[in-house]
Amino acid sequence: MEIKKPAIAGTVESSDCLVSVEPGDGKIDFSLESSVANQFGHQIRKVTFETLERLGVDNVKISIVDKGALDCTIKARIEGAVYRSADQYKDLPWGGAIQ
Amino acid sequence: MTCINPNKNRLRRSMMFLNAQKPSLLKDPYVYKADSLMFDLEDAVAASAKDTARFSLYHALTTLDYRGAEKVVRINGLDTDLWEEDIRCVVACGADTIRIPKTESADMVKAVEEKVEAAEKEFGRPVGSTLLMAALESARGVMNCYEICKSSDRMIGVALSGGDYTKDLHTTITGTGVELMGARQHMVIAARAAGVQCFDTVWTNLDDMEGFKKDVRTIKMMGFDGKSIINPRQIDIVHEIFTPTRKEIIFAEKVIREIDDKKAKGIGVFTVDGKMIDIAFYDGAKRTIALAKASGVYKGDL
Repeated sequence: MEIKKPAIAGTVESSDCLVSVEPGDGKIDFSLESSVANQFGHQIRKVTFETLERLGVDNVKISIVDKGALDCTIKARIEGAVYRSADQYKDLPWGGAIQ
Repeated sequence: MTCINPNKNRLRRSMMFLNAQKPSLLKDPYVYKADSLMFDLEDAVAASAKDTARFSLYHALTTLDYRGAEKVVRINGLDTDLWEEDIRCVVACGADTIRIPKTESADMVKAVEEKVEAAEKEFGRPVGSTLLMAALESARGVMNCYEICKSSDRMIGVALSGGDYTKDLHTTITGTGVELMGARQHMVIAARAAGVQCFDTVWTNLDDMEGFKKDVRTIKMMGFDGKSIINPRQIDIVHEIFTPTRKEIIFAEKVIREIDDKKAKGIGVFTVDGKMIDIAFYDGAKRTIALAKASGVYKGDL
């Protein structure tokens, strides 16, 4: 998928995360702000890259403000932001690119 | 051939609302041990978060273990452009039951059923595995309760939604239950006639736990199967009132044993603990034992 315009999803409430995406400059540019970055930064990065790969996104600036989100929440927020960027709200690939 | 989910008539004393927009609520609600968890995509979710709530719901339901709690999802109303995608998401993530809001007719249930079946085929789930329930939120919905209950083999039952219903009735929730009497009585009769379950509306005043208890006792006496709840503090009270007491269980056991015994001896009517008993009490006693078993409090051998 192509990131056509900036989009965000999520919140900075506890157990959530705020994900922002915008068009990249030819690669995945990942930044993370998290109070548990030392412990879980690697895992959050891994989940982010896996999720982007499933979505077929390889050209994006993605930044995540994490407030202790579970992996499933991180995935959900990334997908939320990416599909908002693509303006796709129907016929989503549940169980396919989204899983 | 459609094979309906065998959990259709499971125990549903408590059905707790959870906002699917909030990850903090999705992550571990099973700790409270409600019989059913109802993930809300409708009114609790802000208009600006309808799309993202689906992703959260999908991953929560496919990843997290809700430890035996039934997973019910309330979809958006049929008057929105959201409900069809809600159904695709909900069926794909394997929710047990879809709660249809603002149900007013059998046709509305059939419209949902059609989309559910299409989604079951699309996502490779057994046709009939997704159950349905209808929330009645208007005078028209309550009037059509029986046809709604009979509208689909997937229907587990109907739930009253008191806030919207009383608005439609030109009154408000008073705490006395007077304004809900007619709807409750009508719905429970219609649900029983159709052979489905019946659930009561929420009690929203968390500061008045005595009023809540009284409300739950009332609907239990009326014949309801359970209640929608909004806070974990309400669960224990509902379960206590809806679970047969030791005394009730012992009496039910006696009734069943005595009726079996007397039938063999050709006796139709007799007394148990000073109360007149005949065959008419048999099903009620059987139901008490079944409810005690489902609630995990029966240790006997009936």
